[in-house]
Amino acid sequence: MSDTSVEMSSAETTLARPEAPAGGGSVADYFALLKPRVMSLVIFTAFVGLVTAPGTLHPVFAFTALLCIAVGAGASGALNMWYDADIDANMQRTAKRPIPTGRIAAGEALGFGATLAVGSVVVLGLTVNWAAGALLALTIAFYIFVYTMWLKRRTPQNIVIGGAAGAFPPMIGWAAVTGSVDFASIALFLIIFMWTPPHFWALALYRARDYERVNVPMLPVVAGPDETRRQIWIYSLFLVPVTLLPCAAGNGGMVYLAASLLLGTMFLALAWRVFRRRTGPAAGLAARQLFGFSIVYLFALFAVLLVEHGLGLYIAVPWGWT
Amino acid sequence: MTENREWSEEDLKKRRLRSIAIALILAGMVVLFYITTLVRLGGNVADRAI
Repeated sequence: MSDTSVEMSSAETTLARPEAPAGGGSVADYFALLKPRVMSLVIFTAFVGLVTAPGTLHPVFAFTALLCIAVGAGASGALNMWYDADIDANMQRTAKRPIPTGRIAAGEALGFGATLAVGSVVVLGLTVNWAAGALLALTIAFYIFVYTMWLKRRTPQNIVIGGAAGAFPPMIGWAAVTGSVDFASIALFLIIFMWTPPHFWALALYRARDYERVNVPMLPVVAGPDETRRQIWIYSLFLVPVTLLPCAAGNGGMVYLAASLLLGTMFLALAWRVFRRRTGPAAGLAARQLFGFSIVYLFALFAVLLVEHGLGLYIAVPWGWT
Repeated sequence: MTENREWSEEDLKKRRLRSIAIALILAGMVVLFYITTLVRLGGNVADRAI
């Protein structure tokens, strides 16, 4: 009897305490896999697309759409971290992520990301509409297959083309309301698309050693800092006129026009400073300032669109198409 | 990447919190699907032969 008890007790102990998994991360670790800071900008730009789109969407479906877009963006982040775990471990900026530190196993991140990716697309398609669902699927696929797996380690144009993935969210928000893709939503897409290269190249200028160490061919590594500065300046010159497209498309009014011109002038001033200051601490400072301002810049442009529509301040520009 | 090691108290605490998080997310999804169904059906839910 006592032997049996001992055996059962031993069996219970074994059942209660199986081998611990390799990862076994906390809830916070899984949340970190979703790249919450990137996700917040995605949610915000998607929200602006949703609010500025013509038509109405029931608040429950608007919430569902934003939730699915957020989860889809998070899934992209998790899948990106799974694929890039080898280089993340050797970069100062990413070495503390959950997979390189061993808090989450790579396979767990893959399963987590894939589940969220499929789930977010299916739920968005079934509850809101399949145009938005298809755009979300395209966004996730583009980020993982085109940017992460194909371009990132092969070409300095990685973030130019790959930047499209980050530019889709306002189009998804727009499609959630209208069920379609219009010039006005493409204008929002183009703003983020043109903003991405100067934003990331400013970062790459002062993180070039990180990228060099892991053989990621960012522009400063392949073409040198001076060519990167020239490209930042050229893309900035294209970016500012592109930010005026919402005025032509009818989703940006006079307030947006004034704000985009003011912010664009500031962006160009900082980009010019990056172009001119090429040596010493001043060069690094200029790149950091442009990188920091670029985040504020994009946020502010979309915030003005939101406020203009939300507070009824919209006054159409005379040369708009609508 | 499988590693043979015992569950520590920290591991068990993390697993418990993960389980709670999954439960909350599943419950949230049930509520979300329920509400979206109600909104989608709207007044039509009562418009049927009895």
